Amino acid sequence: MIDTLQQLGASGIKFFQRLGRANILLAHIIGGIPSMLPRLSLVVHQIYSVGVLSLLIILVSGLFVGMVLGLQGYNILVDFGSEETLGVMVSLSLVRELGPVVAALLFAGRAGSALTAEIGLMKATEQLSAMEMMAIDPIRRVLTPRFLAGFISMPLLAAIFSAVGVIGGQFVGVGLLGVDDGAYWSQMQASVDLYDDIYNGVIKSIVFGVVVTWIAVFEGYDAIPTSEGVSRATTRTVVHSSLVVLGLDFILTAIMF
Amino acid sequence: MNTRKTEVLVGLFIAAGLAALFMLAMKVSNLNIYSNEAGYEITANFENVSGLKVKSAVTMAGVRIGRVSDISFDPENFEAVVKIRIENKYNTLPKDTTASIYTAGLLGEKYIGLEAGGDEENLKDQDKLKLTQSSLVLEKLISRFVDSFIDKDKK
Repeated sequence: MIDTLQQLGASGIKFFQRLGRANILLAHIIGGIPSMLPRLSLVVHQIYSVGVLSLLIILVSGLFVGMVLGLQGYNILVDFGSEETLGVMVSLSLVRELGPVVAALLFAGRAGSALTAEIGLMKATEQLSAMEMMAIDPIRRVLTPRFLAGFISMPLLAAIFSAVGVIGGQFVGVGLLGVDDGAYWSQMQASVDLYDDIYNGVIKSIVFGVVVTWIAVFEGYDAIPTSEGVSRATTRTVVHSSLVVLGLDFILTAIMF
Repeated sequence: MNTRKTEVLVGLFIAAGLAALFMLAMKVSNLNIYSNEAGYEITANFENVSGLKVKSAVTMAGVRIGRVSDISFDPENFEAVVKIRIENKYNTLPKDTTASIYTAGLLGEKYIGLEAGGDEENLKDQDKLKLTQSSLVLEKLISRFVDSFIDKDKK
């Protein structure tokens, strides 16, 4: 009985210790941003590996999510004789929810895991310690550019996801199922609000970008420096960031809409 | 050379992302409808505005010429006060214009339809429309319809 309690307490303390370390790390990373500005090429290289390399998966999934929305939405709406509102359904679900959330989940799987593995391996092979020996702050040199790159890439990826999805929905709805092209766009424009829908979607994707890269960078930096530790950290990155994205999405939606 | 390639690709990526945002803003949302927010405001009192929302369309002859900018309740006359913002280029509406609340389609959105009168004077900012017709409440209509049948049966 006491043992279970002790275990519970120990895991609780461990959790809060990790949370504290994560926050201190975030403060360090953000503190490193000003010294990053004259060396933007570091960030550019990270945007390449975090953003550009995630582009393919985002484009393909965005297209197919949009096409599925078009197909499913049409089948439901046609029962009510209101298939003209297909554009509204596709665009609102993409811009408000699916764009930021699915892009963030894919981003966590594609880019977050890679970040964690990279930083964890740097730690395991003592590259980070070597940097410290050379009086280079590894947080500023390694972590800050990766964090900034995630922060910049994620909203762009989510926007691309939504835009491609809307086009995919148009392709299925208008091209294959015969919804009127003008109605598809005009109903969409009449119902989607720039501030309520698009801005809030962008804010969501920025929050997700910060959280996912934060988790990925922290897990890598905090990993046990063995091959097993790195593999565990990578798994944790994907699991935790997916859960946090879904949970935060609910909270943000409750606040915004 | 390699650095140049990554930088070009990153540039392309950022441009594509911004283009996607731009497309969402221009093509998907109502930005182009909002482009000229400026206009003059008139008010109208309605007995019932159920279903009408802020930003609902205000049309004349089926063409959208403005939007509902505010809906409030007047506790003295127990009426709804609707503020309507009409675009500046439509400044020749006669003073005795009437406003009615219509429904687009059977179950569609409510909107305000304006009908021009014959007055020589034009509506100005903060003017008030005198003749209004309320929103159609489906339950009231049905109950009236049913009542008329009951009356017939009695006779």
